[in-house]
Amino acid sequence: MSAVPLADKARAPSRAQALLRATGPAGIASAIVLTVAALAAVFGPLLAPYDPNLPNLSLAWIGPVGGHLLGYDFEGRDVASRLLAGAQTALLGPLAVVVLSVPVGTLLAVTAAWRRGASDAVISSGLNILFAFPAILLALLAAAVFGAGLPAAVLALSAAYTPYVARVLRGAALKERTQAYIAALEVQGASATSVCLRHLIPNIAPLIVAQATILFGYAMVDLAAISFLGLGVQPPTANWGVMISENQAGLLQGYPLPALAAGACIVLVVIAVNVLGERLFEQARVARR
Amino acid sequence: MASLLIASFVIFAALYLAPGNPVAALSGGRPLPPGSIRVLDQRYHLTEPFLAQYWYWLGNALHGNLGISITLRENVSTLIASRIWTTAGLVLYASVIIVVLGVGAGVASGLRPGRLDTSSLVVTAISAAIPAFVAAIGLIVLFAVKLRWFPALGNGTGFLSNIRHFTLPAVALAVASLAIVARVTRAAVREESDREHVQTAVSRGIPARHVIWRHIVRNAAIPITTITGITIASLIAVAAVVETAFSLNGLGAYLVQAAQSKDIAVVQGISLVLVTAFVVVNLLVDVLYAALDPRVTLGSRPR
Amino acid sequence: MSDPAQPGALRSTGTASRAPLLEVAGLSVLLEVNGTRRPVLRDVSFTVAPGEAVGLVGESGAGKTMTARAVGRLLPAGAHVQGSIRFASTDVAAITGAGLRRYRTQVAMIFQDPRAHTNPVRRIEDFMTEALRTNHGVRAAQARDRAVDMLAQVGIEDGARRLRQYPHQMSGGMLQRIMIAAALLIKPRLLLADEPTTALDVTTQAEVMAILDALRREYGLAMLFITHDLDLAAAICDRTIVMYAGQIVEVRSSALLHANPLHPYTAALAAARPDITKTVHRLRAIPGHPLSAFEAPPEECAFAPRCAHTRDVCRAAAPGVAELDGGLSRCARAHQLRGQLQAVPNA
Repeated sequence: MSAVPLADKARAPSRAQALLRATGPAGIASAIVLTVAALAAVFGPLLAPYDPNLPNLSLAWIGPVGGHLLGYDFEGRDVASRLLAGAQTALLGPLAVVVLSVPVGTLLAVTAAWRRGASDAVISSGLNILFAFPAILLALLAAAVFGAGLPAAVLALSAAYTPYVARVLRGAALKERTQAYIAALEVQGASATSVCLRHLIPNIAPLIVAQATILFGYAMVDLAAISFLGLGVQPPTANWGVMISENQAGLLQGYPLPALAAGACIVLVVIAVNVLGERLFEQARVARR
Repeated sequence: MASLLIASFVIFAALYLAPGNPVAALSGGRPLPPGSIRVLDQRYHLTEPFLAQYWYWLGNALHGNLGISITLRENVSTLIASRIWTTAGLVLYASVIIVVLGVGAGVASGLRPGRLDTSSLVVTAISAAIPAFVAAIGLIVLFAVKLRWFPALGNGTGFLSNIRHFTLPAVALAVASLAIVARVTRAAVREESDREHVQTAVSRGIPARHVIWRHIVRNAAIPITTITGITIASLIAVAAVVETAFSLNGLGAYLVQAAQSKDIAVVQGISLVLVTAFVVVNLLVDVLYAALDPRVTLGSRPR
Repeated sequence: MSDPAQPGALRSTGTASRAPLLEVAGLSVLLEVNGTRRPVLRDVSFTVAPGEAVGLVGESGAGKTMTARAVGRLLPAGAHVQGSIRFASTDVAAITGAGLRRYRTQVAMIFQDPRAHTNPVRRIEDFMTEALRTNHGVRAAQARDRAVDMLAQVGIEDGARRLRQYPHQMSGGMLQRIMIAAALLIKPRLLLADEPTTALDVTTQAEVMAILDALRREYGLAMLFITHDLDLAAAICDRTIVMYAGQIVEVRSSALLHANPLHPYTAALAAARPDITKTVHRLRAIPGHPLSAFEAPPEECAFAPRCAHTRDVCRAAAPGVAELDGGLSRCARAHQLRGQLQAVPNA
């Protein structure tokens, strides 16, 4: 290999610059939004300037005034504080869904792709059955059976999403399975588990991450909807979806701010997640060429 | 078909997953006079083996007998029948919006790269992130309260009034799906425009509008139909959210109420109807896909 | 082959008794690639007489497909075209709209990969009769009958059944025959055949070429035949044009080309082809790799680095076109090398 002339090296952009250029304004904005959201999710209740849970009906519906940037909600609580507190359930719920469905989906997909034949047929048919259930329907069913609450909703959504993850990853795992290096490892006597864990899965990892990100967005929307319906997070616990339904009466009375603010939070985070997810998908696509 | 059968089994079996015994589940935890317990035992064959119960339930369901609502003390079937047209109408209205606006915008921006295209990408990226209930409140604030163009609640009476009442809900339901359909349509049209067989048609002097419709759009119709069908199928479930937000008297809203009040028979009945509708729509998409693409056989749609 | 067509297009004096059907003069094409303009064709000039078959030969990147696309007005968007393309005395390089469509009804293109160039969701009948029905106003039933007849002429007997089928139900060879039949249906005056048999296996190649040749002569069509195979061009074309790095380097009647090439590149191409009747110890490849037009330095002979006969004069300036022995050669030493270039150069 010939040495790269020093002049060329000086001209090559630093990694940070290249990363920045590739991300673009949309990417940077998304990163900011997600960082803020993550901080709110972890530290929300501590960061809130006012008590997000203490009702004071005499202050109900008052608009933005003094230190209350977004005004008061229908029970006289500070909206901004409640949004910060609500970030916890709004974001940790979807996280739980992803943490449950992605590993299970990956396991099923890789097993089906590795074993092929009968195992694949059984797993695929099983997954096809679950596809008959739209996610929200499954969550409603779970709420009816187990009672309303976040845990039941999270479990139901995880069950609904797992087949989707498994189907996407199964296709990728099948393609990866046929690569020559896998056959080489098998010939060397490596066990199926170690080949899958140390080689197959890391190679489809970019796709797994991209899929998990997109799934986070779906889960956020679905969980917020279920909370909005009163079957997820229960009031008075702060949650963006709950806040929309709580404050819906205000819309007709001319106090739209609390509900709209909560809605805006949801939309902003979902857009950021989608932008991130699309970028990750692009990277995964390029990496597999 | 098999998936429908197994889905119905899951719906039925859900009853038994509930904590406590089936009677408690059926009654939603409410105290019952002793005579009622016997009636329930008889009606639901609770003393017989599990599979036999499933059989009875399924048989009854196929005959239109879905049991009795605990809370309203009426036949579940009647309750469903009175509400099904609301949901169907809403989903249909939203579907029309999605097809006309989503596919239309996608085709337009796919055929013409330029400013229309880039702005549509940004708009669709944002709308795709707006869940139906958020869109609902936004629409209510803008069009119902501020502008007073549309009502915020209720079904309305009479056909025209229904259309007015259903417009905002249908738009709310359609917003996110519209964006996704528009994006996929645009990508499909773009991809088809670059194909070599389009060059063949151009080289023969076929007029542009023929090339666009008979070759580009016709071929892009395959993935477009698939995504549109899947999206419309998903509307069936999300309708529940929109109906609740707009206080529409539909199956979805009723399902939510039944879930809240633990009216199991109603939940089972409506779930069965909705799942059936979902499976039927997916089946229709399969049929359309096979009809549009002569290279594939029925059921081999890549998912 | 009764009319020895004039090779040169630039001279107005000539013995051709008929006006050329296609006259390309000074054609240069630049493509926009990532914001920069790159030349793909440089000063290409040639003519095709009515009913004459002209071969366009060269390696990848030589510009032969680009030439055909320029003539067929199928260049990608953003292509800059200079020079003139005259068809039946009308300049077609820049026309649009109805005029362009009228031109297209007289020029038919046959593409390299028939499967990619047929719409997979439409039946063969639709593919074959689309132009007839849309541009020529022929009724569907009549168009169908004509299609069945034409299919028989390309060797497909059960035409009616084939018309109802879809492209994926047919082999590549059959699809290419169908493409030829479809091209002939509209009774064009010029055929542009872009490597029509390259994508097919060898036996099918021979069949399809035979059909194309026979029908072309029968209908008296002019043809511009693109190929990388010098021998193939010589077999079915009256004249052969050899291209290198986006320029024409030799024009010669096919019969004379093989025995007595005028340009070193043509000689090297002919020599590089393995001959089953001769035993050689090493295959003669041309050293180096073929240049595209934008890689070639403009102020010297593009082929000089790979040529066995290079002298200083070749690098001093871009060589002009020399006319000799009834052909053209873009070689600075054409007159000196005259008669010395053979298909098998000395070791």
